[in-house]
Amino acid sequence: MGTMAARLAVSRWVAARAAARRGPLVSCRRWSGVATDTVYDVVVSGGGLVGAAMACALGFGAWDHICNMRYRAFRRMQVWDACSEALIVFDKDNLDDMGYIVENDVIMHALTKQLEAVSDRVTVLYRSKAVGYTWPYSFPMADSSPWVQITLGDGSTLQTKLLIGADGHNSGVRQAAGIQNVSWNYDQSAVVATLHLSEATENNVAWQRFLPSGPIALLPLSDTLSSLVWSTSHEHAAELVSMDEEKFVDAINSAFWSDVNHTDFIDSAGTMLHYAIAFLKPTKVSARQLPPSVARVDAKSRALFPLGLGHAAEYVRPRLALIGDAAHRVHPLAGQGVNMGFGDISSLVHHLSTAAFNGKDLGSMSHLTGYETDRQRHNTALLAATDVLKRLYSTSATPLVLLRTWGLQATNAVSPLKEQIMAFASK
Amino acid sequence: MWGSRKLISSGSRFLGVRRSGCRVAQGDCPRSTASAGLEIGKSKILCLVRAHFRARRWNFVAVPSHGRRVYSENQLSWTLPIKPWIFSEYRIMWFKSCKMTFVCFNRMKSYRYPWTRLYSTSGTTVDSSEVKTFLALAHRWWDEQGVYAPLHSMNDLRVPFIRDNLLKTVANHQPGKPLSGMKILDVGCGGGLLTEPLGRLGASVIGIDPVAENIETAQRHKSFDPVLDKRIEYRACALEEIVEETAETFDAVIASEVVEHVTDLETFIQCCWQVLKPGASLFITTINKTQLSYALGIVFAEQIAGIVPKGTHTWEKFVSPEMLESILESNGLSVQTVAGMFYNPFSRYWHWSENTSLNYAAHAVKSGAQEHQVPAESVLKEETEELQATASTNAGVREEVKK
Repeated sequence: MGTMAARLAVSRWVAARAAARRGPLVSCRRWSGVATDTVYDVVVSGGGLVGAAMACALGFGAWDHICNMRYRAFRRMQVWDACSEALIVFDKDNLDDMGYIVENDVIMHALTKQLEAVSDRVTVLYRSKAVGYTWPYSFPMADSSPWVQITLGDGSTLQTKLLIGADGHNSGVRQAAGIQNVSWNYDQSAVVATLHLSEATENNVAWQRFLPSGPIALLPLSDTLSSLVWSTSHEHAAELVSMDEEKFVDAINSAFWSDVNHTDFIDSAGTMLHYAIAFLKPTKVSARQLPPSVARVDAKSRALFPLGLGHAAEYVRPRLALIGDAAHRVHPLAGQGVNMGFGDISSLVHHLSTAAFNGKDLGSMSHLTGYETDRQRHNTALLAATDVLKRLYSTSATPLVLLRTWGLQATNAVSPLKEQIMAFASK
Repeated sequence: MWGSRKLISSGSRFLGVRRSGCRVAQGDCPRSTASAGLEIGKSKILCLVRAHFRARRWNFVAVPSHGRRVYSENQLSWTLPIKPWIFSEYRIMWFKSCKMTFVCFNRMKSYRYPWTRLYSTSGTTVDSSEVKTFLALAHRWWDEQGVYAPLHSMNDLRVPFIRDNLLKTVANHQPGKPLSGMKILDVGCGGGLLTEPLGRLGASVIGIDPVAENIETAQRHKSFDPVLDKRIEYRACALEEIVEETAETFDAVIASEVVEHVTDLETFIQCCWQVLKPGASLFITTINKTQLSYALGIVFAEQIAGIVPKGTHTWEKFVSPEMLESILESNGLSVQTVAGMFYNPFSRYWHWSENTSLNYAAHAVKSGAQEHQVPAESVLKEETEELQATASTNAGVREEVKK
């Protein structure tokens, strides 16, 4: 499972996406529980976060397991620009937590425990690889099987009424089904690491700063530990991962603190708008906080992975549904990747349980298209917004910097807009 | 294309009728040859154009001929086959070509021939002409986007309707199989569209249909699913054939989209009554007999939009809720619910509705105390006799029986 400590938020706002690439697992779920059946109701191909969560979606006890392990609530989120003084702060007036940061490993552990608890209905085949898929004909033919056939690496076959593809952005299921995928690579890789802070604080703020090379984010894990996600160019990322620990820590600190990218023009323009807003709306202005400084990095916790965008043209086909990264792949700057996957699970489970209660065939398009419509609407908006933000913040060209500076300040001043953003991301 | 040719020939025939002053003729219509020929020629071209255009606009389902149409250009005569649904189609051509409103329907109705029989006294409920209609489409049942798409979509209404009303009679149920332990009879199951969901919900279902090919299709479809294979049994027979062996064995009988195809509704309901356990439920979905159901259910759905295969329904056989209720009540079934249903052909979804003038669903329960089946009149006589022979100790029981 590796030492990657990527962060995810369950329940409310945000944190970065899961980074881990798991070995392919195949989980099969049977609803009827008869051992001799060879036709499974559902087969989930891919055992990462999203795949495992789908497989134990019947029992929602997974959160209890997580609570007993390491997770962190955060209350505030500060995002600011390297090229100007503009910043945006997401804060909740009441003392509720905005969201939770949970490590990847922690979630996987909880899900595995839960899978064991429902093992009478869910069979997990570890270390199995699906090598081939046979799709049924769209029109029921005389003697051909109407089920999906999956051929495993060891030669055995499984039959199922519904195949769920949760096998990551290079989804084999999606390719086998011939579903078109709109995708492009960002010229960026993300570096992740677990960091020790210089001093113990009430670590409940998530920090993100947009550098011209890409955003750097620091997410709280405990009073002394934080998690790093730094998206930058391929070369720089490779350098960061291979450089020695001291230099790495220095690089992180200077990324958060240095003002080297500021220009006088942008600074004065920013200050101007700031006074204008203060004049128009003399309410409380959240004090600008300073991010904590980093002392050292956990050995062997550094890793990197390439970034890109991807979106499948169709999420469903007869007897097939795609969830998670197989359907959509996003930049980690908004921390929404795995959250979208969990949203997919929740929607698909809702549609499947309604269909099952109506006695419908699980692989029938009528309810699968309902899931697709639901999720495509939500995901496309988020994908587009993230892509636009990424492009907007990847430059230090003055006009765009000016635009985003003013835009960020203006958005910061409009609280209802911020609340809408928070609500949308927590769906 | 078969459809367009049919239109053209019908269209031309229509002309003859129009000229003879709205009278439907059986056999030859005497007319002067020359002028008629010219008129017919001109109008025929017009009709051809119109019919061709229409055939291209609407997607006609190629359905094999139900009867013979003989059109002979030279003779200026034609034979009108005496079959109810052909006649309705003929009437429809009139409607379309003249772009008439409902006013015309009344006029046409008065010229209707009385050969269309509503109820026969033969004792069988199966109409052999209906059998032929369904035979042609026996292999198309399970194409969810095909001709039976509206029936697939109707499951979204009728399965919850059945399930929820049956669940009211049990104290608690297994979460995965709400209908487990129940024996259900699906009369006129066709390809098993409704039978399979009920089987998946845990019930033991017997599906019967008079068309053997339908049963074959249903059998083949369920054979791939081991669970359904065990829970569902199909038989190619009519309801009256199994009444003897299955008397009082079913917790529910479902006759969905069936009563508008049977010949003898009274006998059909009596047979349903016989196979039900006391207190068990009868579920019926069918089409109301109104002008709206003619316009939308036959003209629009069959002829224009092709939602339903042509010739599937005969307006004369539609049953109004009032008539259905009276037949049910007089045969010992008390009606619990009647609810309207509405199909949106654009979204392809069904909805519940307050209005029962198109499709509707009914739920009736067999009264628990009735011991044996008696025909309607003698029930009344019996009750009057009982009332007259007043015995104070049995008054309460008799109240129940009367209800």
